[in-house]
Amino acid sequence: MDAADSTKPKVSPLYDPKVRGIAYQVALCALIGVLVYGAISNAIENLTRAKIASGFGFWTTTAGFDINQTLIEYSNISTYGRAFWVGLLNTLLVAALGIVFATILGFAIGIARLSRNWLLARMAGVYVEVIRNIPLLLQLLFWYNAVLKALPEQLQESFIIPGGGFLNRRGLFLPQPVFGNGSGIAFVALILGIVAAIIFRIRIKRRHEQTGVRAPVFAIVLALVVVPPLVALALAGFPIDFIYPYPGRFNIQGGIEILPEFMALLFGLVIYTAAFIAEVVRAGLFAVSRGQTEAAYSLGLPTGPTLRLVVIPQAMRVIIPPLTSQYLNLTKNSSLAVAIGYPDLVQIFTGTVLNQTGQAVEVVTLTMAVYLTISLVTSLLMNLYDRRVALVER
Amino acid sequence: MARVMTRIALAAVLSAIASAATAQTLNTIKTRGVLNCGANGTLAGFGAPDAQGRWTGLDVDFCRAIAAAIFNDANKVKFVPLSSKDRFTALQTGEVDVLVRNTTWTSSRDTTLGLNFTGVNFYDHQAFMVRKALQVKSALELNDAAICVQQGTTTELNLADYFRARKMKLKTVTFASADEAIKAYDSKRCDGYTTDASGIRSEMRKLVNPDEHVILDDVVSKEPLGPAVRQGDDQWFDIVKWVHFAMLTAEEFGVTKANVDEQLKSDIPDLKRLLGSEGKHGEALGLTNDWAYRIIKQVGNYGEVFERNVGQGSPLKLPRGYNALWSKGGLQYAPPIR
Ligand SMILES: N[C@@H](CCC(=O)N[C@@H](CS)C(=O)NCC(=O)O)C(=O)O
Repeated sequence: MDAADSTKPKVSPLYDPKVRGIAYQVALCALIGVLVYGAISNAIENLTRAKIASGFGFWTTTAGFDINQTLIEYSNISTYGRAFWVGLLNTLLVAALGIVFATILGFAIGIARLSRNWLLARMAGVYVEVIRNIPLLLQLLFWYNAVLKALPEQLQESFIIPGGGFLNRRGLFLPQPVFGNGSGIAFVALILGIVAAIIFRIRIKRRHEQTGVRAPVFAIVLALVVVPPLVALALAGFPIDFIYPYPGRFNIQGGIEILPEFMALLFGLVIYTAAFIAEVVRAGLFAVSRGQTEAAYSLGLPTGPTLRLVVIPQAMRVIIPPLTSQYLNLTKNSSLAVAIGYPDLVQIFTGTVLNQTGQAVEVVTLTMAVYLTISLVTSLLMNLYDRRVALVER
Repeated sequence: MARVMTRIALAAVLSAIASAATAQTLNTIKTRGVLNCGANGTLAGFGAPDAQGRWTGLDVDFCRAIAAAIFNDANKVKFVPLSSKDRFTALQTGEVDVLVRNTTWTSSRDTTLGLNFTGVNFYDHQAFMVRKALQVKSALELNDAAICVQQGTTTELNLADYFRARKMKLKTVTFASADEAIKAYDSKRCDGYTTDASGIRSEMRKLVNPDEHVILDDVVSKEPLGPAVRQGDDQWFDIVKWVHFAMLTAEEFGVTKANVDEQLKSDIPDLKRLLGSEGKHGEALGLTNDWAYRIIKQVGNYGEVFERNVGQGSPLKLPRGYNALWSKGGLQYAPPIR
């Protein structure tokens, strides 16, 4: 390195590629900065000229409208800012659950497609082809109407869920737990249990690597997580009450309410995205050379463990990048909620709030920033996971 | 996402077009050769294409009247169907020249949204519709009911206010379009549906069994519906405002589509000024002096337009009520043309 440097002829910094590179980047950044500044000040000026309010002053103004699914405290006297958070959380809720279920279903179908059972493989194939080729919006409308039509319309005819729940056209109603005095101890016990379980798992893994001795990990982990809080609760005399839903004049009252719009949206997103994930999984499994499976079989491994221990870990490296983009798609597609009345970020914020305040520029910019952030964070997490999986390769 | 993208595009346009929002709307329209009118696309009686695909409705005819005054041709209008929540952005960005879409005149729309309402072409109120089978007599019995509503409307806010003021609880189910909201109500997702009374009368006809439903008598709010323009162009504001007054004045003096040519010969000074044979009232607006004649000849007076679209000559059969002329006990009142 040093030797090479000393033999290098002295050039004027003007011609030094490194200096030039930096200079170009600085110039580009400056240009973008000027353009952004110009666009913003131009927008503000135009809005002022058109006498349209600008800025985020509306954030603390009373919203005045109701939202029927709120994960945080909200009423129609809350602010527009609060409504934004309600919408964001509703989006995150359906996206997170959607990702979990779509992954499970997608993996199952992807693996089923490669099954040696002809019927199973065919059915999985038909599923993928049909679902992938129908626009999501149509599917959502279909599921929404299907959900509504399938459920009983009369309060008295509601399906009774064992344990005190109801299911009808207005939604799924479940008992709501209320934690009384002393349940804090159970919570602490739960956390301690989880920590213990993690430590146990790490140690058991190490022992397995060193000595090859296996232990019933799952059962012990489960016991560590479940038993301490139960014991704590028992000691405190079970201070948990349930608010049970009951039929009122028009609707089921009380308890936890899960909207049919939510169910339809989640269902639609999961079914749709799973078809794509199945293809991603199939491609990933194909990418693992056939020799790996054969080697595993010749060592006497049955099909299940072969898949789980040999094929899938190797396939993961191929699967994760396209899987990430399916996760991003699902999140963005959740904004179709607006068509079936689920109060997600787009419905609440770029819908009602934009319309009531008229501040399109602010509202739309913020919404874009939110989706961008969600996407970047998802990608980041998936990349981290990808790196971990990649390290397994020896 | 597609909807978000349109919003983004609109926002971009909003920040780009500077001059569209300022003066010279009339000149722009004349050069373009057609009036861009923001209308409702699905509300029969106010704005919707009929079976033959021809736009009809009270609001639609109002836009035709403006076109008649400008071009002497009531058909030089391009109707842009707008949903409740997209309508204001469309007007702000200059996509439409005027918004005539059963839109309630409120103070915030008149100020922070950068709009100006030119008047009220239909006095309305908000009402509730429920299934007869529920045996609800008054909206006050709706505690804990689920109500389907359309977003981006005053309806959405009034509904929340109405229940809050009476310490009643409700479950709102909000949809982006009226069609979706009414469909959800029809499939019993909600106990009630609410919007402007005129709107309910119109939407009701989309239900599977309209006879099984009833509109409650309770008046939830005042809903003065009127045309709106962008702020900053007084001439255009005046034109849209006086188109309505001309139609009212014509009704007041008994000038109709059928008799307007005959009335040209009348000696009554008010009529001479209205029809342009005396004074330069049209030119003062930037139009021709026979502007009102053109409106009446091609579209009709307010009463005719009302009866044809929402009144006795229509399936809605709405009574004139507050929309009768002031001289007949209503609220429709035009300042004098002089
Ligand atoms: N007058 C109210 C409500 C106007 C409104 O949008 N009404 C609904 C229900 S009648 C409508 O016209 N919907 C037709 C559609 O969006 O297709 C307002 O200005 O906010």
